[in-house]
Amino acid sequence: MAAPRRVDVLVPSAASWDRVGEAAEGESTRVARTQPESRRSIAMDSNHQSNYKLSKTEKKFLRKQIKARHTLLRHEGIETVSYATQSLIVANGGLGNRVSRNQLLPVLEKCGLVDALLMPPNKPYSFVRYKTVEESKKAYDTLNGKEIVDDLGQKIILYLNFVEKAQWKELGLQALPPGLMVIEDIISSEDEKMLLESVNWTEDTDNQNFQKSLKHRRVKHFGYEFHYENNHVDKDKPLPGGLPDICDSILEKWLKEGFIKHKPDQLTVNQYEPGHGIPAHVDTHSAFEDEIVSLSLGSEIVMDFKHPDGVTVPVMLPCRSLLVMTGESRYLWTHGITPRKFDTVQASRGHKSGIITGDVEDLTLSKRGIRTSFTFRKVRQTPCNCSYPLVCDSQMKETSTSFPESDKEASQLEQEYVHQVYEEIARHFSSTRHTPWPHIVEFLKALPSGSLVADIGCGNGKYLGINKELYMIGCDRSQNLVDICREKHYQAFVCDALAVPIRSGSCDACISIAVIHHFATAKRRVAALQELVRLLRPGGKALIYVWAMEQEYNNNKSKYLKENRISQEKKEEISNDTSVQELLVKQMPDVGNQDSAPSVPSINDFQDRGYNSRKVTNSKLPIHTNRTSFHSQDLLVPWHLKENPGKGKSIEPFGPLGSHDPGPVFHRYYHVFCEGEMEAACQTLSNISILQSYYDQGNWCVILQKV
Amino acid sequence: MKLLTHNLLSSHVRGVGPRGFPLRLQATEVRISPVEFNPDFVARMIPKVEWAALLEAADTLHLVEVPKEPIQGYEHDERFLRKMHHVLLEVDVLEGTLQCPESGRLFPISRGIPNMLLSDEETET
Repeated sequence: MAAPRRVDVLVPSAASWDRVGEAAEGESTRVARTQPESRRSIAMDSNHQSNYKLSKTEKKFLRKQIKARHTLLRHEGIETVSYATQSLIVANGGLGNRVSRNQLLPVLEKCGLVDALLMPPNKPYSFVRYKTVEESKKAYDTLNGKEIVDDLGQKIILYLNFVEKAQWKELGLQALPPGLMVIEDIISSEDEKMLLESVNWTEDTDNQNFQKSLKHRRVKHFGYEFHYENNHVDKDKPLPGGLPDICDSILEKWLKEGFIKHKPDQLTVNQYEPGHGIPAHVDTHSAFEDEIVSLSLGSEIVMDFKHPDGVTVPVMLPCRSLLVMTGESRYLWTHGITPRKFDTVQASRGHKSGIITGDVEDLTLSKRGIRTSFTFRKVRQTPCNCSYPLVCDSQMKETSTSFPESDKEASQLEQEYVHQVYEEIARHFSSTRHTPWPHIVEFLKALPSGSLVADIGCGNGKYLGINKELYMIGCDRSQNLVDICREKHYQAFVCDALAVPIRSGSCDACISIAVIHHFATAKRRVAALQELVRLLRPGGKALIYVWAMEQEYNNNKSKYLKENRISQEKKEEISNDTSVQELLVKQMPDVGNQDSAPSVPSINDFQDRGYNSRKVTNSKLPIHTNRTSFHSQDLLVPWHLKENPGKGKSIEPFGPLGSHDPGPVFHRYYHVFCEGEMEAACQTLSNISILQSYYDQGNWCVILQKV
Repeated sequence: MKLLTHNLLSSHVRGVGPRGFPLRLQATEVRISPVEFNPDFVARMIPKVEWAALLEAADTLHLVEVPKEPIQGYEHDERFLRKMHHVLLEVDVLEGTLQCPESGRLFPISRGIPNMLLSDEETET
């Protein structure tokens, strides 16, 4: 087994040191990125400091410490000072790096009396204030480059710099969803009054402008009726009368002033009383064009925007303001209003627009009034072609029918993007797979002694020796992986999961871990299940794990996602029109992953752009950005090959540029499963019953029994 | 490849079905790898074994004589269990071939690993 390796720590990526590519399976690996510019500035800065000769290690730490200082200033707006003060900022020693207070404090207290330790949420640093300058100097001298162990038992190196004051306030880093804009005071109070009076809520429903009292609000449509049953408009049946005349001059003015780009032809008026709300939703892509605007009248309200990753941004919409949603905020983020009578708002901001942050010293309550919103939209005449196919009704239909077109095509795809890749990456892959998953171990341990068990797609055989009371045989499509099993003295052979050379009905149990998501059509996935069931004797059980589309479930992020929290800032960078391919190049952390175990050491992939598109150019499949949520069910997941895993020295990302050679990047095909999809696939088999189905760290799992 | 594994393997060439069992074993290199004797474990394996296939395989390897069928009360017969323990779990075929009895297709065994991979044409239905 590979000796534990460590790649160095400081990752000045965007706003935080994202801990990327960490190997939870025993290997601690973090990636650092370097840029020539920052390197230069480091060199300059260190000049005046290195009057005496420093050892190589000392130089290294100094370099990193200075780098930390630059990153803090550039990305966090935190200024460090070159003279000694009572306070220090501890880079890498933050809650965002999973360093907890009770781990850090004793380390700091060794240097003196700690007056305060401020640990801001989700940040990869903290602030410490000592009683005296002497103590803080001592900490600066002794703790720079100090290694501590984080929550998961992984090593972290601290870098300290003096700051004028140990203080923390929300620096307003949380950003609005990309493409979202709130324009205050867009209309006068007179216009507001006029608009509010123009809506006659007492009219009958048989009136031409369709009116409904929904569960939590009153609603009225103009131009086209919006059908809540299918969240769509009937494009061929415009309502007579169009938009109210009174809106026309207002819309023309907005167009002229550039607040909106297209003239809307549909209006929905909603009225919310205190306590009313609207469930979180994305407006149907195929129903409306990109730009959706909403005018708030009568009273302010806080609207919640939510990214599929789980990030929620509450935004204050003041009275007489216009909310403009375009791009990512319109297509990807949901918006909704929580039904309640009070909103939590920021005291200092009064009735201004903006994000409600979690600053505990500045929050207060605001009583809701009756809010009437005028939401203007333009009905879409062509299918939506946005960059968010996952949530796009126009594109979802398309992809499910067009890809891949035949069994042969699917087989070729698997050959190139699954079989060949595992063959190439087998050793490296295996070196990242040591720790068996607890629920799978549990399943194997619970089997009666003397059971015959087949592991179909056994990889490096990490489950073959779990329970000595079983007779386990494993098979895998990759000869190189089977070789590794054999080295461990396991019974294993080479075969395909669609044609397993085991006699029918011979197995008491089977497991299929992270295998079926590599088959490229629904038919082949079912065939793989069928083959698995064929091996079982009646009453025999199979445990199946596949990677889940949902990397966040019940408000818990999977380990896979947790390894790379993208900061809000970075999200903003990712503008709505950025394609997946661009993201791959722009974004970074990369980690190969098979069974979504956060387990793979990753390599700085800044320099390997040349490899990225090498093999994939002909494929229509999107390339996944590792450690982010999925935007497509069928995709290619990059694997950054590290040669000779476990051998040689650890990679030094801060070494001279080009001092290490980034390995080639391979792309593995995956079909990630949606909730219920695996069960549905199982239910197409006639001779089984599902005993259990569950979600386990980003995987959908089913235990079935042959009847 | 242990003989117990061989006992579970079957040819999966298209169309052969149950007639793909048992695979004809030819060994050019066999090693005896000692395994700790666990009488209960061996006793549990006995009813799961396709006896005729085991007999044939043991025969081709010229191993100790395997009884024509499990003897009465084998659960408590240590001599029998030890013998079966040896045959099923300690005999390790390192090099050789497995042959489909129906189609004649040969599968190589190399460094103890049977390669049972078929081409698309051989599996297509």
